[in-house]
Amino acid sequence: MSEPRPTSTASAMPVADPMVPTPYEVVGRRQEGVDTVTLTLAPTGSALPTARPGQFFMLWAPGVGEVPISLGGTGSDGTIEETIRVVGAVSRALVGTAVGGTIGVRGPFGTAWDLEAASGRHVLFVAGGVGLVPLRPSIAEAVARADEFLGIGVVVGARTPADLLFGDLLADWGRSGVQVVTTVDRGDRAWHGHIGVVTEVLDLVDLDPAATTALVCGPEVMMRFTAQALEGLGVELSDVQLSLERNMKCAVGHCGHCQLGGGFVCLDGPVVSADRAAPLLRVRER
Amino acid sequence: MKPIADLLAEHPFFEGVGAEELTALAGIGTDVRFAPGEVIFREGDAADRFFVLRSGRVGLEIHAVGRPPHLLTTLSSGDVLGASWLFPPHQWQFEAIALDETSAVALDAAELRRHLDADPALGYLLVQRFAGLLVKRLQAARFRLLDVYGDV
Ligand SMILES: Cc1cc2nc3c(=O)[nH]c(=O)nc-3n(C[C@H](O)[C@H](O)[C@H](O)COP(=O)(O)OP(=O)(O)OC[C@H]3O[C@@H](n4cnc5c(N)ncnc54)[C@H](O)[C@@H]3O)c2cc1C
Ligand code: FES
Repeated sequence: MSEPRPTSTASAMPVADPMVPTPYEVVGRRQEGVDTVTLTLAPTGSALPTARPGQFFMLWAPGVGEVPISLGGTGSDGTIEETIRVVGAVSRALVGTAVGGTIGVRGPFGTAWDLEAASGRHVLFVAGGVGLVPLRPSIAEAVARADEFLGIGVVVGARTPADLLFGDLLADWGRSGVQVVTTVDRGDRAWHGHIGVVTEVLDLVDLDPAATTALVCGPEVMMRFTAQALEGLGVELSDVQLSLERNMKCAVGHCGHCQLGGGFVCLDGPVVSADRAAPLLRVRER
Repeated sequence: MKPIADLLAEHPFFEGVGAEELTALAGIGTDVRFAPGEVIFREGDAADRFFVLRSGRVGLEIHAVGRPPHLLTTLSSGDVLGASWLFPPHQWQFEAIALDETSAVALDAAELRRHLDADPALGYLLVQRFAGLLVKRLQAARFRLLDVYGDV
């Protein structure tokens, strides 16, 4: 991952330049799963524009590098929540930033989930692993506006029960009438959800496939299988939204790092409809 | 209590099966319930029943000496339980355990095979549906082998 242009002082920071990180202070830190942490970030000076669920920021760990991380949540006080899973050097450095430490933030970038498309219909959220992070603010919005939908379903897959994110939130959503189905690849008798992949439990959510809009986020293989399974149940691919993951560098359509098909995931994505993404998901990353 | 034919008619596995056939199948079915933790069948036992799950959750386990039981998969309402009843040597290959309060219709396997042999149209429909489920489970097992959420 490349380093963004370092900046001199926080107060002189021009927020208009999308290549220049804005300093945010870590004001909260919560361990989520085994290897995942949620950071609450507050602007030290002027704040970045408000992000919409599905959009992402470029988070810069000074001296280490910069990576794309989706909006996890927005506080009323201008703070943003970012949930990060440790996979390599940059994510480790971000997660390791102590409360009081500074992280550089650029964005928000990319396309957002189109929850309006689900208005008057069933809305089904399907998340795999850390894919629940970008869906979380959108699910929260749907729950807050529940009467606008015929019903809300949330299907979450994880590797093991210990890897399942936001257990308390899932329980809260369940209590407020959302149909929540959890499934893990590996579990034991103590586990109260299902064992298997998300595609095996989609039909446990009671919905009308022809009147369903699905928002899906997870590893690309999982999204590919899920889109196929939803299509098999009778959901139109044009009513399925996916969030593509490609390595990114500039996030503004300059470097070509995230090129996929004829477009750039940082501009045309990450959220795209499955009918557009299906051929792209079969394209290997260069 | 609902007649068995109605319980079968409500289940997706029997969608499209005519009323007459359902009545005949209901004649070989029993309404069964299992308490959480109850063993439904054990590996190696005669696979003499086919379970049409109505509610609850069933775990399929494999046991090996010196290791805790390995829970392979869970099945729930809308699923059917048991494949070994259809293929010789008609012996269960896994252990099935009720994880929650579970209700099902148990069809007598030998009788069911006789019905499917005697009525090839019904036999074809149900075996085709069964094959579809097995393929779906095989694909899911392959998908799980990818360990997509695993260490990157
Ligand atoms: C639009 C977008 C939104 C994202 N949102 C989040 C989020 O909210 N939370 C979060 O934890 N992660 C998110 N990611 C993934 C995150 O950007 C990567 O995990 C991060 O770039 C890894 O950088 P690293 O330096 O820590 O690891 P690296 O050293 O770059 O990589 C370590 C290992 O992880 C693999 N890897 C790197 N990136 C990815 C990836 N995107 N998917 C799968 N494997 C990868 C590499 O091949 C390598 O094996 C998002 C990615 C995109 C494109
Ligand atoms: S990340 Fe540079 S073009 Fe998309």
